[in-house]
Amino acid sequence: MAAIEVRGVTKTYQEGSTVSRALNGVDLDVEEGAVTLLMGPSGSGKTTLVSIMGAILRPSSGSVRIAGREITGLKERELPAVRLNHIGFVFQGFNLFPTLTAAENVELALKLKKAPAAETRKRARALLDDVGLSDKYRSYPADLSGGQKQRVAIARALAGQPGIVLADEPTAALDKDSGRVVMQLLRDLAHKRGRAVVVVTHDNRVLEYADRIVKIEDGRIAGAQDRDSLNLEVTHA
Amino acid sequence: MASLAIRNLFHDRIRLAVTLTGIVFSVVLVAVQTGLFLGFTTTTSNVIDNSGADFWVTSKGVKYIEVGVPFSEKKLYHARAVEGVQEAEKYIVRFGQWKRPDGANESCEVIGFDPDTTLGGPWKIAEGSVHDLKLQDTVMVDRFYARKLGVTHLGQSLEIRGVRARVVGFTEGIRTFTTSPLVFTSYKNALRYTDVGADQATYLLVKAKPGVDRETLRAGLISQLSDVDVLTTAEFSAKTTRYWMFGTGAGVTVIMAAVLGLLVGVVVVTQTIYAATIDHIREFGTLKAMGATNGYIYRVILQQAMVSAVIGYAVGIALAIAVEASSRASGANIVLPLAVRTGLFGTTLAMCISAAMVSIHKATTIDPAMVFKG
Repeated sequence: MAAIEVRGVTKTYQEGSTVSRALNGVDLDVEEGAVTLLMGPSGSGKTTLVSIMGAILRPSSGSVRIAGREITGLKERELPAVRLNHIGFVFQGFNLFPTLTAAENVELALKLKKAPAAETRKRARALLDDVGLSDKYRSYPADLSGGQKQRVAIARALAGQPGIVLADEPTAALDKDSGRVVMQLLRDLAHKRGRAVVVVTHDNRVLEYADRIVKIEDGRIAGAQDRDSLNLEVTHA
Repeated sequence: MASLAIRNLFHDRIRLAVTLTGIVFSVVLVAVQTGLFLGFTTTTSNVIDNSGADFWVTSKGVKYIEVGVPFSEKKLYHARAVEGVQEAEKYIVRFGQWKRPDGANESCEVIGFDPDTTLGGPWKIAEGSVHDLKLQDTVMVDRFYARKLGVTHLGQSLEIRGVRARVVGFTEGIRTFTTSPLVFTSYKNALRYTDVGADQATYLLVKAKPGVDRETLRAGLISQLSDVDVLTTAEFSAKTTRYWMFGTGAGVTVIMAAVLGLLVGVVVVTQTIYAATIDHIREFGTLKAMGATNGYIYRVILQQAMVSAVIGYAVGIALAIAVEASSRASGANIVLPLAVRTGLFGTTLAMCISAAMVSIHKATTIDPAMVFKG
């Protein structure tokens, strides 16, 4: 069973009498234990697709199953629980809470999951340890580099132990080295912890971390390639 | 860890200061105006409220205590004859002309009562005794107005309407709404200090025997006394207060100032809480994307509003109490009883929560997909 199954999804927006179609009959399976890159030019529908896969946006038609559960028929108030229990988000702009420390940012995600108060600090620190930020528990986002912020965001995304991680341009705001560290973490999540990782990106530098590349153009899947057919040389273990 | 709400609230100290200033301003304004209103209502009717009488017999159509029209004292005997009356006394309330030692004239309000009874005399006596007022040409005034009247010590002799008035006692804390100080004296002295005729009174104060049905007694008084109104103390008090507060517009002005204070507070607090929400709107979007329910976001914003309300109220009410204390030495009489302070706390909370509603609407209707916009 795929972690996410998208079938015949369309998404249209209407502004006055103008109807624009952001997605047009998209079919896609996102597998556990793999990094799937969603690539395509600006306006191709990548972000719309990832929003729909993340139970943030509703499709105009079609079917979306997350962890085997159809979500398109759920009520609006039922969707937060889907996101909370199954999905971790990593954003291009990090979206950390600037008034909270690195550890508190992660703790907040645990609190949303209603984790026991006694455990949140311990678990938050363990998650930061996992992303190599053992010395930054008490640092505020403003005092962290871009790469460190993104690693905090990854730790936060993992706090709810989601099966799916959706990352929107996670390396766009990072330098080359920081980008590599972040992609390595995401790949480890897939390969070592069995998460389904979806990365929306324009950045060709991250191709080498992909298990599958899905190209979107004009709201349609324009093609998909598995890693084996990419002939990529992996430079980082 | 302190909650996200508290962290966000205290993160931007300038914005917090603006929010708190708005709340404090509003609390002080509403408290002072409400206190003034209560002070006014207390002072307009304090002579009536502290009279000890059950009924006031007045000339027909008297709107407030200061404009009683004299009537014949024969009515007193008719009133005493009514079944159920324990005590009935003549009473005079009349403006008079007080002459200060320096020759200047001050308007005063002469209160003439029978010192042998318990009805209509001064209360809050600080120095002297009601019995001293049995002597001819003796008066009792409030310490607050002593300077205004040119009174420097007990035993000092001055004049009212050209008649000697010797100060034999002081009250403390009896204010007057009309700014004409109350001068307590015996009924007999009052006849000479005012233009009320020898066989007249402006009011009759009636006390009922214990257990007597008040309405039956009222009916009895009405049947025995012609061309008068028979009002309970509460009715006459309310009538007098209503006249001064609403008939003259004084109360409306105070109420409007209080409402304006509340409105200004709501606007300032709404604006600042809304601006703070907009500043953090991306964070609310992130929270929603992370799976936070709208209920969680309500709590974050409401917590900020309520913490602001508590701090703003604490500072505001402390300032208002300081103003109340300082008013004791000034002409304004501000009264802030516990019920008003408690009520104002509720009002402040309600003000901040209603201000937060605008922000809650904004935060809970945002599109969580906004978080994907870099």
